[in-house]
Amino acid sequence: MTDAGTPEPATGTARARPLQRLEHIDAKNTVLVPVLAVVSALVVGAIIVAATDIDRLQHGAFGGIATNILDAYKALFVGAFGSWTGISETLVFATPLLLTGLAVALSFRSGLFNIGATGQMLMGGMAAVWIGFTMNGPGIVQIPLAMLAGIAGGMVWGGMIGVLKARTGAHEVITTIMTNYIALALVTWMLKTTAFKQPGPSGNPISKAIANEAHLPKLLDFVRPGLRANIGFLVALAAAVGVWWLFRKSKLGFELRTVGANPDAARYAGMRIGTLTVVAMALSGGLAGLAGAVNILGTNRQMTTSFAGDIGFDAIAVALLGRNTSVGTVLAALLFGALEAGKTRMQLDADVPLDLVLVVRALIVLFIAAPLLTRMIWRIKAEGGGLGLSFRGWGS
Amino acid sequence: MRKSKRFSALTLVAGLAITAAACGSDSKSSSTSPATTAAAATTAAATATTAATGGATATTAKTGGSATTTGGSATTTGGSTGATTGGSTGTTPTSLDGSKVLACEVTDTGGVNDKGFNQNAHEGILDAEKEYGIKGDLLESKSASDYAPNLTAFIAKKCTLIVSVGFLLAPDTATVAKANPTTQFAIVDSDANDDNGTPNDTTDDKNLPNVRALTFSTEQPSYLAGYLAAGMTKTGKVATYGGINIPSVTSFMSGYLEGVNKYNTVHGTKVTVLGWDGKDGSFAGNFENLDDGKNLTQGFADEGADIVFPVAGPVGLGSSAYAKENAGKIRVIGVDVDQYLSNSNEQSVYLTSVIKKIDASVVDTVKNVIQTGKVGADYVGTLKNGGLDLAPYHDQEKDVPTALQDEITQLKKDIIDGKITVTP
Repeated sequence: MTDAGTPEPATGTARARPLQRLEHIDAKNTVLVPVLAVVSALVVGAIIVAATDIDRLQHGAFGGIATNILDAYKALFVGAFGSWTGISETLVFATPLLLTGLAVALSFRSGLFNIGATGQMLMGGMAAVWIGFTMNGPGIVQIPLAMLAGIAGGMVWGGMIGVLKARTGAHEVITTIMTNYIALALVTWMLKTTAFKQPGPSGNPISKAIANEAHLPKLLDFVRPGLRANIGFLVALAAAVGVWWLFRKSKLGFELRTVGANPDAARYAGMRIGTLTVVAMALSGGLAGLAGAVNILGTNRQMTTSFAGDIGFDAIAVALLGRNTSVGTVLAALLFGALEAGKTRMQLDADVPLDLVLVVRALIVLFIAAPLLTRMIWRIKAEGGGLGLSFRGWGS
Repeated sequence: MRKSKRFSALTLVAGLAITAAACGSDSKSSSTSPATTAAAATTAAATATTAATGGATATTAKTGGSATTTGGSATTTGGSTGATTGGSTGTTPTSLDGSKVLACEVTDTGGVNDKGFNQNAHEGILDAEKEYGIKGDLLESKSASDYAPNLTAFIAKKCTLIVSVGFLLAPDTATVAKANPTTQFAIVDSDANDDNGTPNDTTDDKNLPNVRALTFSTEQPSYLAGYLAAGMTKTGKVATYGGINIPSVTSFMSGYLEGVNKYNTVHGTKVTVLGWDGKDGSFAGNFENLDDGKNLTQGFADEGADIVFPVAGPVGLGSSAYAKENAGKIRVIGVDVDQYLSNSNEQSVYLTSVIKKIDASVVDTVKNVIQTGKVGADYVGTLKNGGLDLAPYHDQEKDVPTALQDEITQLKKDIIDGKITVTP
């Protein structure tokens, strides 16, 4: 079903992989806990909305509160899926979340914790926008080149973390957070230089716009022109397949997983931990850089310091919810993309501010990170004893 | 406002939940928690602004009377009528029914409780609701990807006027405004022009008639603040710092520097400015982190400065906190609103404030839309039209020598009369 969860059944005779036992998480955990976490988050989110609706509480209008909550969730759903615009926006928002989510998932499975997706995205975006506004040429050349530049930008920024970890043992949690700030400061400075800054009297830190040829082709133009969804989403899906292939079919992926599961065993088996750390971080950074490139080429067209927003952090939630699997990450990114796309409608129709989306998302993370809590609420008995932790923890 | 009050608790829970999850999403909790504190203080700030607006209008009407104003009872916020010279020249004015006007604000990523321009613009919409009986609506943005969908959602909602806050929204605002010529737009602290298909060439840009830029010559009141600071310093050193190095911030700092230099020329003193040399200077790098403001202020105090002018929104509250903890060491010049009124816990530290009335510019725009159906020509807030002002000295009044007060009143008059030009 998915690449992490289910072991290949009945083939466990000749080439039983010891790792599959370690990775084995019962089906209930893989599917049920994330689903229940989402449900729990929606319920608790509704309770919070009700509890903070002071105006109505004072007047005892409990029916009004209930309607308001239903309206909010309805508006979220309609805003995300109720129209072609909604579907298009869901795909637009899901695209960078999927790519950065894959980046984080890849690092988790290699035993690393990449919190630096924001910085890697910024560097990737910067590289892509540079190609986009300096080059002249047909899109068939420019677009792949700008995407490669984005990947390269993110790879360098992420690989650097891997080198620091491999050579000096500097913990990647610390260094990725720190390099986020460095990336932001670097981008802010670069956007002030004449090489990047948009000409004109404004003087604001905003880059030149990419050439028209570098715009990603639209995905839903056959429905109605003007819908923003673009082939970036297909690129992200391809990346998901790539990650699946990497971990499922390739030797490198096997080594990464081994290091992730048990570095001591991996070292004993003769794997080069240091190199693998660098490779894992570089690949993870490359995916995040690609997210930056796709965002620039697909929707933003210009680089600003705020273009990455909180995407790099939301990606952690996406990866956790997706159980670090490719299929799971795609589904989680679509869910989070839908929340993002629906929140505009929710603010307008139900008069509920976008903080509800933040709350729901935070609660999802909470329930995912504490699977025991979710099990306790829904009274699910654990099977097989695995707790289904998504990553190895901080101390490594 | 209703949204913000109601969700202050909600954001708190969000902050807690994220912290509890402890998955390293550090920036989340830091971005939500200021909102909680901000929301609590919203009411105070709102009342303060209204009072300040009323008061300043009275001053402007008297054209540079004494700087001490006691909140005029009439809330005639549209005191900046002088600025709007012939909005829709050539077209027949069509007045609209106020109750049929829908004014919609799209914030930038700071959100509506940012204690800064998003909030101030929203207060303008709320004021217009009261004054003209219009309806207001609001969409907050979480990332740059939200700007375009938020703007188009408002187009779908048939808003009469859409107010975008901040230069980051300029490209999307221009695109949407060009595609919807009957909808009116205003954009705070920026202009949004039709780029003519060449975004990297601004020479061929065309002005969009349905977009009104709401900009401010903030160097003017900052000049007065700089002159005042130079006259009040005992150490011969005054300081300033910004949030981020962007024109809407640095114009304050440049005016301040120019005012100090003017004082030096007039009085033959050698007061120096720390934190801004006309090109570059000290910046917090954000508009959120109070600790940055505190650290910068401590640094300036250690270097001997005894007056600081933070141009960094809520970051400046770090300065006032430091100034209160170290009473007598350093005084603060507030920014955007009369912070003596908005920050009642630390009133004692404020020498004065540079007031930038974004709310008044929004109200003025709404008025234009109601009267003529159009936003009108670009708005530039000045001392002359009351879009900008220097706040009263309040408790510090007795400290400021009468001679200096008179000089500043005269300088203000000279700027209004065009005898002095301050370069941004």
